[in-house]
Amino acid sequence: MGIIKTDKLTFEYIRRDEEGNVEGITKAVDEVSLDIKPGDFAAILGSNGSGKSTLAKHMNAILYPTEGTIWVDGQDTTDEEYLWDIRQKAGMVFQNPDNQIIGQIVEEDVGFGPENMGIPTKEIWDRVEESLKAVGMYEFRKHSPNKLSGGQKQRVSIAGVIAMHPKCIILDEPTAMLDPSGRKEVIRAVRALNDVEGVTVILITHYMEEIIHANKVFVMDKGHVAMEGTPREIFSRVEELKALRLDVPQVTLLAYELKKAGVELPDGILTTEELLGALNLSK
Amino acid sequence: MIRDITLGQYYQAESPIHHLDPRTKLISTMLYIVSLFLMKNFIGYIVVLVFLGTVIKISQVPLKFILKGMKAIFMLLLITVFFNLVLTPGDTAISFWIINITWQGIRTAAFMAARLALLIVGTSLMTLTTTPNNLTDGLESLLGPLKKIKVPVHEISMMMSIALRFIPILLEETDKIMKAQIARGADFESGNLIKKIKSLVPLLVPLFISAFRRANDLAMAMEARCYRGGEHRTKMKPLAYHKQDVYALILVVVYMIACAVVGRILVLV
Repeated sequence: MGIIKTDKLTFEYIRRDEEGNVEGITKAVDEVSLDIKPGDFAAILGSNGSGKSTLAKHMNAILYPTEGTIWVDGQDTTDEEYLWDIRQKAGMVFQNPDNQIIGQIVEEDVGFGPENMGIPTKEIWDRVEESLKAVGMYEFRKHSPNKLSGGQKQRVSIAGVIAMHPKCIILDEPTAMLDPSGRKEVIRAVRALNDVEGVTVILITHYMEEIIHANKVFVMDKGHVAMEGTPREIFSRVEELKALRLDVPQVTLLAYELKKAGVELPDGILTTEELLGALNLSK
Repeated sequence: MIRDITLGQYYQAESPIHHLDPRTKLISTMLYIVSLFLMKNFIGYIVVLVFLGTVIKISQVPLKFILKGMKAIFMLLLITVFFNLVLTPGDTAISFWIINITWQGIRTAAFMAARLALLIVGTSLMTLTTTPNNLTDGLESLLGPLKKIKVPVHEISMMMSIALRFIPILLEETDKIMKAQIARGADFESGNLIKKIKSLVPLLVPLFISAFRRANDLAMAMEARCYRGGEHRTKMKPLAYHKQDVYALILVVVYMIACAVVGRILVLV
């Protein structure tokens, strides 16, 4: 069994009008079954309202399924006995960097998770040092989070999760509020974690560029998993992606249009270098 | 303009006072306040002044910085002096119109003003030399025994430190909303007091909505990081008394005795 496995997971929101009467039921997540293996870099892609964040919140036992089951490292999240185990094993990074930093100094914030877990003082310091180094924020350890840039704050949040030694990290649109350079910074840190430390990463995003490095992509639409495969497989289905209101990276789109016009190219080109290589234009 | 407000201001320096345990500083400050109320005569204040002067010197906080804090209570000081001058009965010193100032009034006014000023300087010295986080940690530890009577000490101190963390963020947000509303034609400057207060509504409503949203997000982030209250929690920076804390407390006790002797007993002699 993988580190995160869902079986026909369904989650319903009950919409109420102003008097509190039930107006209708929205299925935010609808019979999703997926399996993420240790060491994976999985990406969950989807436009607004596709249910991707709701799904993410199930992986950390913040929300519980209405129907179906989700197992984190073999433990059912509805089992209250394992609640804190699950939250430690599946660390979560949220969208807004300001609203998830608790400490007033970078190192204190990173230490917050281990403090809650009851780790001895000395080990907390070791973990804080090691996780700040892993995201390249060690020299900022004494700074106030308010003085950092968005990308730096998000890296601190990631360090805060790593310090809990999770088996997998779920990043719920970590770059949605950042500028392009901050986005690159965060994605680089996440990739390093996956490559070097072997942490399982689940990246939830609506930026196509960020999923290029994933080895598994799930595209969600209206609560369903609409597409599943490697980035290359996904990107070769340009028309379907467009139908799901997702922006295909420019290079991929260009290659797709060239191919349609008769140029001989492989499917699912992901980077500029690849396209140049395929066109025999590389320097 | 909002950014000029400094709250819980801390003056960064590497002095022995800064390195004291926050609990030592809290206890000492309490004792200091008590000592001020022990005084019955002016000679006692000399002891206080000497003590306070030495502590300020050691703390490396510039005197100017401390006195800046006095500005805020200047009005309060004036009102105290005025009422003491006017309302104390006794032998008339100056009398004009319906105002009757007595010698006893002058003495009490001066006495009260000195006490208030020393009180503010002494207590602000504590906040100037202790980081807000350290202060809440110290409070949590000192109030620890209250847990037995079900006072949520840990929760209170957690709330305080989160509030401190969010003050700059909310100030920034206020600035942003203000600008956004000004761009839409809101007027925060003109009109009488009632009109000005009314004009704050379009500022406060979005600010509160955003603060609640932030609180919701933060609560979720804290839960996701295994926060479950104060139990089973370890500390990254546990408080520990050191040798210098013992010395400091001994000094404060000596000071208290000196105060008691000079301030009370000397009067009887």
